[in-house]
Amino acid sequence: MTDLASPATSLATGATDARVVGGSRAVGYLVAALCLAIIALMMAPLVLSFLASLKPPAEAAAVPPQYLPRSLSIENYRTVASYQAGLWTYVANSLVVAALTIIFCLALSVPAGYALARYAIPFKEVFFLLILASMMIPYQAMLTPLYLMFSSLKLTNTHVGLAIVHTILQLPFSVYLMRNSFEAIPRELEEAAVMDGCTSMQILRRVFLPLVLPGMITVSLFAFISSWNEFIAALIFMSRETSFTVPVMLTGVSTGIFGVVDWGALQAGVIVSVIPCIGVYLLLQRYYVTGLLSGAVK
Amino acid sequence: MLSTNNKYVGLLYLSPALLFVAVFVFYPLVQLVMISMTSESLLGGGEFVWFDNYLLAFSDRSFWMSFWFTVRYTLIITPILMILGFLLALLTMQNRPLAQLTRGVVFLPVVIGLASSSLLWVWLFDQQVGLLNKALVDIGVLEEPMVWFNRSHLGMTAVIVSVVWKVVGFGMIIMLSGMQSISHEVVEASMIDGASYWQRVRKIILPLSARSILLATLISAIGSMLAFDQFYLMTGGAPRGQTFTSVYWIYQNSFVYFKLGYGSALSIILMVVIMAGAALQIALQRRGETA
Repeated sequence: MTDLASPATSLATGATDARVVGGSRAVGYLVAALCLAIIALMMAPLVLSFLASLKPPAEAAAVPPQYLPRSLSIENYRTVASYQAGLWTYVANSLVVAALTIIFCLALSVPAGYALARYAIPFKEVFFLLILASMMIPYQAMLTPLYLMFSSLKLTNTHVGLAIVHTILQLPFSVYLMRNSFEAIPRELEEAAVMDGCTSMQILRRVFLPLVLPGMITVSLFAFISSWNEFIAALIFMSRETSFTVPVMLTGVSTGIFGVVDWGALQAGVIVSVIPCIGVYLLLQRYYVTGLLSGAVK
Repeated sequence: MLSTNNKYVGLLYLSPALLFVAVFVFYPLVQLVMISMTSESLLGGGEFVWFDNYLLAFSDRSFWMSFWFTVRYTLIITPILMILGFLLALLTMQNRPLAQLTRGVVFLPVVIGLASSSLLWVWLFDQQVGLLNKALVDIGVLEEPMVWFNRSHLGMTAVIVSVVWKVVGFGMIIMLSGMQSISHEVVEASMIDGASYWQRVRKIILPLSARSILLATLISAIGSMLAFDQFYLMTGGAPRGQTFTSVYWIYQNSFVYFKLGYGSALSIILMVVIMAGAALQIALQRRGETA
């Protein structure tokens, strides 16, 4: 878990001196105690939810509730697994939409970033600003015209349709990030490749792609997490029971059947929906934090 | 490299992204403006009504109620997020293992979905099976488990608690990066001058990370002004629509009542408010680039 914070560590340039935060031993203990308390508070909701998901259904519905399960059961996971069209249908929908979002984002932002970083294009700054400007427009306000457009194109209730909406969300950030990745590559490298007679496509594939791979991983990571978690567009565009994504399906579980909510099953669903995000984050945290900072701060 | 041939190659590489933005952002934007001037409904119809929808919006009590509710939510949650984020950044600024672990754990909920975290907290706040209610009774804060979602200020409190848990790490990370870029010499010089810890925080760390604090504030405030998931899933607008946010009210008009024209007019009003904030954010980011 210590590794969890290493991305932020790598950003550290100063203020690492122990004396910066008061010197005495007592203060040190106080800081440590505070840290432990915060860790416990922040972890508690997820841990309690996970434990509740493992309670037998009767225990999960017990009033008053108990913090810890008295016996363990995977019954709640069985219940969500067979919810309506089946949990795996919804997980598959979410995964396909997220995969398409990644593909669209990369296919559009890699060549665009290359062009913006390396070519003299008329009105280049204007084009770049137009792409970035779409970040200022809240997509929540655009759902009506997009819905009408997608209805006439028969794109509602399709993976491609929702992936397009999720790409709208991620594209400005992706183009920005890819432009910076390409700009960071020394020009001498491509000059050497030109001397060796490479065409621009070959330069892009052989010289640049390996060097901008970290940027592409960051783009993919953000595309995945934002698509997997996105809610309002999925709620509006995926209205058929078989096309729900995981968060939309969870809404169904939370309204319950005849007003009776299956709390154990709901927490099992919550756990299923957070595990991919936490897993991907733990694996690729370095890319996540640097991406976040370059998107927000720089 | 700069031959005329290359000029078009560059444009060729850029064109898919440009085309995408034109078709899926700017064309719908024009459509949105047009729809907002019609009586368009998902059920059909749709006559050109000029600015009737906007006039209607200005006299629509429900719209303004949702708008001010959103503003109130933003004004309450943003300072909480920023102050807690700042304190957490201060606490975990050092690169000691425990501080790093704390950082990582505080940031963890940022990556999970707002819908998932809202459904987690609905359960924690539930009057009958909610463990948060039970914990509050056990430590003596409450006498008995209470219903959180039948009064608007309680519902908002519950939403704020859940969202603070979910996103406090975001502000922390942004401010941490600001703090860690403060030069070591400045901090050391102040220590030689005998400044106490809190003096250093007030006179050095706070002013020198002001830009990152401002940025985190704007990003958070814009996000809060667009709140939907947490209220849709936790309060459902209850009681009697008192916890509708702007986006929720637009959703309700457009996709529940099918009043697309009216919903579009409301969308544009909201968009203008948000874009003013976003423009401010970009201006700040640009200034940081050149500084």
